[in-house]
Amino acid sequence: MSEERKVYAIGAEFRSAADLMRAAEQVRDAGFKRWDVFTPFPVHGMDAAMGLGKSWLSAFVFVGGVTGLTTAIVLQFFTSSYLYPLIVHGKPTGLMTVPAFFPIMFELTILLSAFACVGALILLTQLPKWYHPMFNWERFSRVTDNGFYLAIEARDPKFSETKTRQFLDELGGAHITVVHD
Amino acid sequence: MSNGTTSSQTLSATQEYDDQVRRKPLVTNDRSVQWITQHVSDIAESRTPIWWWIAILITTPVAAFGLFCLAYQISTGVGVWGENHPVGWAWDITNFVFWIGIGHAGTLISAILFLTRQKWRTSINRAAEAMTIFAVICAGIFPAIHVGRVWFAWYLFPIPNSNAIWQNFRSPLLWDVFAVSTYFTVSLIFWYIGMVPDLATMRDRSKSKIGRFIYGVFALGWRGANRHWRHYEMAYLVLAGISTPLVLSVHSVVSFDFATSVLPGWHATIFPPYFVAGAIFGGFAMVLTILIPARLLYPKLKDMITAQHIDKMCKIILLTGSMVGYAYAMEFFMAWYSGSPYEIWVFLRNRVADPFIFSKIFDVPPAPYWWAYWSMIFCNVMAPQVFWFKRMRHNLWVVFIIVNLVNAGMWFERFVIIVTSLHRDFLPSSWGMFHPTWAEIGLFVGTFGIFLTLFLVFMRFVPMIAMFEIKTLLPETDPHLPPSGQGEAKEAHH
Repeated sequence: MSEERKVYAIGAEFRSAADLMRAAEQVRDAGFKRWDVFTPFPVHGMDAAMGLGKSWLSAFVFVGGVTGLTTAIVLQFFTSSYLYPLIVHGKPTGLMTVPAFFPIMFELTILLSAFACVGALILLTQLPKWYHPMFNWERFSRVTDNGFYLAIEARDPKFSETKTRQFLDELGGAHITVVHD
Repeated sequence: MSNGTTSSQTLSATQEYDDQVRRKPLVTNDRSVQWITQHVSDIAESRTPIWWWIAILITTPVAAFGLFCLAYQISTGVGVWGENHPVGWAWDITNFVFWIGIGHAGTLISAILFLTRQKWRTSINRAAEAMTIFAVICAGIFPAIHVGRVWFAWYLFPIPNSNAIWQNFRSPLLWDVFAVSTYFTVSLIFWYIGMVPDLATMRDRSKSKIGRFIYGVFALGWRGANRHWRHYEMAYLVLAGISTPLVLSVHSVVSFDFATSVLPGWHATIFPPYFVAGAIFGGFAMVLTILIPARLLYPKLKDMITAQHIDKMCKIILLTGSMVGYAYAMEFFMAWYSGSPYEIWVFLRNRVADPFIFSKIFDVPPAPYWWAYWSMIFCNVMAPQVFWFKRMRHNLWVVFIIVNLVNAGMWFERFVIIVTSLHRDFLPSSWGMFHPTWAEIGLFVGTFGIFLTLFLVFMRFVPMIAMFEIKTLLPETDPHLPPSGQGEAKEAHH
């Protein structure tokens, strides 16, 4: 790794999810803002340990669901009761036929909720991404196997190459490495 | 080091507690996180085994023959099938309902068992979701082509066209279009989103450039960041939440195709719950049909798909099978209780009256399709009753035979519902029997080829067990364990 390249972060490896969570609590308490932990699986309680609140992805899904429901109501009433009332078996076509529209209202609510869910996930995680500096760290490839990592980014206001390294060492991190962009 | 000793003492105490009081571990033999990654990925990474080639050389010609029958039907017309007055729906809709029902186990496992915190789902959800997708693909073929002129199938979608005619949104057949396409789309999304972290594992393990590229594209650059996991987990929870009513709705809507008609044998309010129970029943049977051989071929899977998992699935089969049995009994009771001669006719003279017992008791001629009805009762209601016994649930031969009976029984159920209700309706002059032709038999057999080919391909390219989910079940990943010794940690990583 060439030294001229910009420093992205300092990373440290931890032995277990439990160790990483304790380290995360201390990084949070030290007041860092631009940092993250990397784990092979979601760690229960890590959001609180990192000082992150609830994910508001569900709000996007709610909007998606309401859109789906509205679409279904408008689509069915507009076409079947107004634009082209189709009389089948002499049955009525007015507004009172709404029970027959429930299944499609339900299905479109679900469908657009699911689309909104995926869209929000893409938006909030900023994925897909072709390149990320963390992958420049050789040891990092184990993050999807059994590696537990913590990285404090250089753009954090409290970042200092020497002090942050020392801090991570105190937290019990191993293989402390400067990750370049 | 002292910390390490304490933790190992704690662990052995926990172990003792586990053995005596707590539930059995879901991953047996104390496997590590690395072991899980290694052995699940290995199924897709190692050299293609000989049996796989043999299997795919059998399934692809079958699938190809199915596609040939499909092409023959489309190019010639629906007349190549045996459907004719009075049996206007037969194997096409039977097969459609059969396959769509099989798809239900996957979404049940991934959504309902997720919301109810049934952690054992993690070993089987990926494979079951894959089965859902492949089963719905097979199912989708039938309604699409049974319309006859398949190139007009787009009329089913609400697209403004030059005739200015819109779909009949009050028709259950149109509800079905929406239900099945939504189900397929949402299942696919759920499956794929659930797979992204594991595809990242495959990317990071891949030794070839092409492998890294392809897995890399599908892994979306996943890097296990907790700032991603928290949204990811919410997305998964939300998808589980919306899929739960969805899975219950799909087969309900499918049952509306029948229940909203006025035909005796179809016109029953019990249909939606009865169909849903049957779908879950048949779906779990297919999951076991696939996973029992997979476990034999990859013995390492036995630590993840344990006897406990098979036991639990057998219990679900027993429960849903009994629910289906209750529905059969209730349908029969309602036919009698309604006092409607047509209802009684369909149930007694078209279905139940076998030549040996019931036709004698009720003094009626035997029903032409009595064998289909009694095959259904035997396979779906009687056979699963052996699962009351633990020994039977733990004998894989018994389980495998029973689940295959269930697979057959669920096909018979749909055949019974559709064909026996239609073949002798209100007008005796139009009565007749249904005889399938080679083209529809070929297409049905072909869908098994398509299904199995897709599953074999899935097994070879994608981790068939949700690695990241099963890892959270291991004791070592508990975030509340005491700290590991620090010197030890540094050494251990060299």
